Amino acid sequence: MRLTVVATAAAAAAVAAIAVAAVIPGTVPGAKGADKLKVGFIYLGPVGDFGWTYQHEVGRQGLVKDMGDKIDTTYLENVPESADAERAIEQLVRAGNKLIFTTSFGYMDPTLKVAKKYPKVNFEHATGFKRDKNLATYSGRFYEGRYIQGQIAAKMSKTGVLGYIVSFPVPEVISGINATMLGAQSVNPNIKVKIIWVNTWFDPGKEADAAKALLDQGADVIMQHTDSPAAMQIASARGAYAFGQDSDMVKFGPKAQLTAIVDNWAPYYDERVKLELAGKWTSTDTWGGLKSKLIVMAPYTNMPDDVKKMAMDTEAAITAGTLHPFKCPVVDQDGKTVECKGGTHLDDGQILSMNFYVKGVDDNIPGK
Amino acid sequence: MGLLEAITLSVIAASTPLLLAAAGELVAERAGVLNLGLEGMMIMGAACGFAGAYFTNYYTGSFTGSVLVGALCGMVAGALMAVLFAGLTIGLAVNQVAAGLALTIFGVGLSGLIGAGFVGERIETAPHLYIPVLTDIPVVGKILFGQDGFVYFSLILVIGIWWFLYRTRAGLILRAVGDNHVSAHALGYPVLRIRTLAVVFGGACAGLAGAYLPLAYTPFFIPGMTAGRGWIALALVVFASWRPGRVVIGAYLFGAVTILQLHAQAMSLPIPSQFMSSLPYLATVIVLVAISRGRGLAGSAAPASLGLVFVPDR
Repeated sequence: MRLTVVATAAAAAAVAAIAVAAVIPGTVPGAKGADKLKVGFIYLGPVGDFGWTYQHEVGRQGLVKDMGDKIDTTYLENVPESADAERAIEQLVRAGNKLIFTTSFGYMDPTLKVAKKYPKVNFEHATGFKRDKNLATYSGRFYEGRYIQGQIAAKMSKTGVLGYIVSFPVPEVISGINATMLGAQSVNPNIKVKIIWVNTWFDPGKEADAAKALLDQGADVIMQHTDSPAAMQIASARGAYAFGQDSDMVKFGPKAQLTAIVDNWAPYYDERVKLELAGKWTSTDTWGGLKSKLIVMAPYTNMPDDVKKMAMDTEAAITAGTLHPFKCPVVDQDGKTVECKGGTHLDDGQILSMNFYVKGVDDNIPGK
Repeated sequence: MGLLEAITLSVIAASTPLLLAAAGELVAERAGVLNLGLEGMMIMGAACGFAGAYFTNYYTGSFTGSVLVGALCGMVAGALMAVLFAGLTIGLAVNQVAAGLALTIFGVGLSGLIGAGFVGERIETAPHLYIPVLTDIPVVGKILFGQDGFVYFSLILVIGIWWFLYRTRAGLILRAVGDNHVSAHALGYPVLRIRTLAVVFGGACAGLAGAYLPLAYTPFFIPGMTAGRGWIALALVVFASWRPGRVVIGAYLFGAVTILQLHAQAMSLPIPSQFMSSLPYLATVIVLVAISRGRGLAGSAAPASLGLVFVPDR
């Protein structure tokens, strides 16, 4: 008696599931739903993080605004950088997405794996370096913004100590620290930086604790490479200065934010989707900076006019190409001059795989 | 402000949410219910607490009042989640572990939904106590007399729980239910009702702990802001051998090592940061081993009926 009931219930559920799946286009592979191109996004954190993921979401919304009638977008948020990522990317593929953006360094290997499995689907991986015929990479030259921030910080700091909250020792983070230091040293050769590794991209409580620790230890300008506005909030409460990260965080620190490096993904997403729609998508490596407006600086606030002018001049110089944050000679922590492969400045490959500190950074790279 | 004073204040702030959540869970587990939904209840408390405080501030402009309302909303949110959990595990006799995990996932998702509209909004933090002469005492003034309401409440809560469990008849009955629900039932005590009340109390405490985060710790709401603190609180209950006094030790130990490792990094101590990040967990385990050695045989201090489903008259 009980078995019959269970069996009937199971059968009914299965029928219902199939019916639902057939009605929702795209869940059944090969189902001819709408003819719109389906574009998928994988996000590391919550879209409400007001940092890294938020800017990607802003980019996606810009994409929808520009091309909403030709595309259908989906996103998955809070996808951890682990084996789960592979499952999430596959889920997007099976839902019919033909162009998928994976927005964090840690998705590199899972994306590559799924790309090899589905050669007809195109993938774009942010901030990575592994490519394939159907896997492109894209990133921002955040170090350009960091150099400007370093200059501003050195001018605004009264104690001569900067505080830096970082997540994991990947080259992008290291090159960020180095660019900041080089910028700061160009204003104050004796500038010091205190670094705290919180080993997470997103944990507002921990970031707040790290900010408090840095401020307690004498830093008065806070920079971060983590994704929430917690540090900006703490700096604001304590009367210190801070830089927003990935998004304009001035709302959280109206008197504390000096500027922020704002990721501007929408134009890039537009361009790539247009290529995909025209059938002309190819695997490329895009590394845009201030010049291509992939990153823009938030308005310079809370600083005297001469500092603002200096920052704007530097920004113009970097955009024009007359100033490169990693201009040679670059001296590493041990005093050795780094080989200059780009002529007058370090070349892209060196910056992308940077795993050393420049002179003046009093820290050890974890895991080295 | 001296460095020691600053560190102590940070430690107290970091430990309070853990203490609140663990204290409530202690009561629930003493009654025999293993509530793994703590993280979900905490983050629901965070979302609803922030919502309550935000709307109160918006409509009345009152500041202290908004924090109180926020705290109450957080408690109610946690309690409601706990009612759901109780309905499943005590009413329908569902496996407690599975229901708890499901509730965590549900709570995290629902809180993201509720809180999505509040991201980017700011409120003022909870006010701190100020007594003219006492708070101004150089080192200990702020630490002892300058905390916010949550901190003082958490300590009163622990004392209250201790007194309830060990000095009242009701507490004795609750412990009896947790140790042997069959005998308690045979003696005529309403096992299901006691467990339900204990679980709801635990949920309310977890909700309050969650509300502390956006109301006093980092005054904004972002989905996922509890970042695993509920799980740590669960572990702290085990660390405390289900005794209220030890919960305080565990919470403050964990908070202290967390803050100290950040300061050590800022001081450029040449220790790898990944090791530093693991230090709070390591320290908690080591201390647990040390204080458990005095028990002779590894007799577990857990309530004997913890996690066991009770269905009367089956």
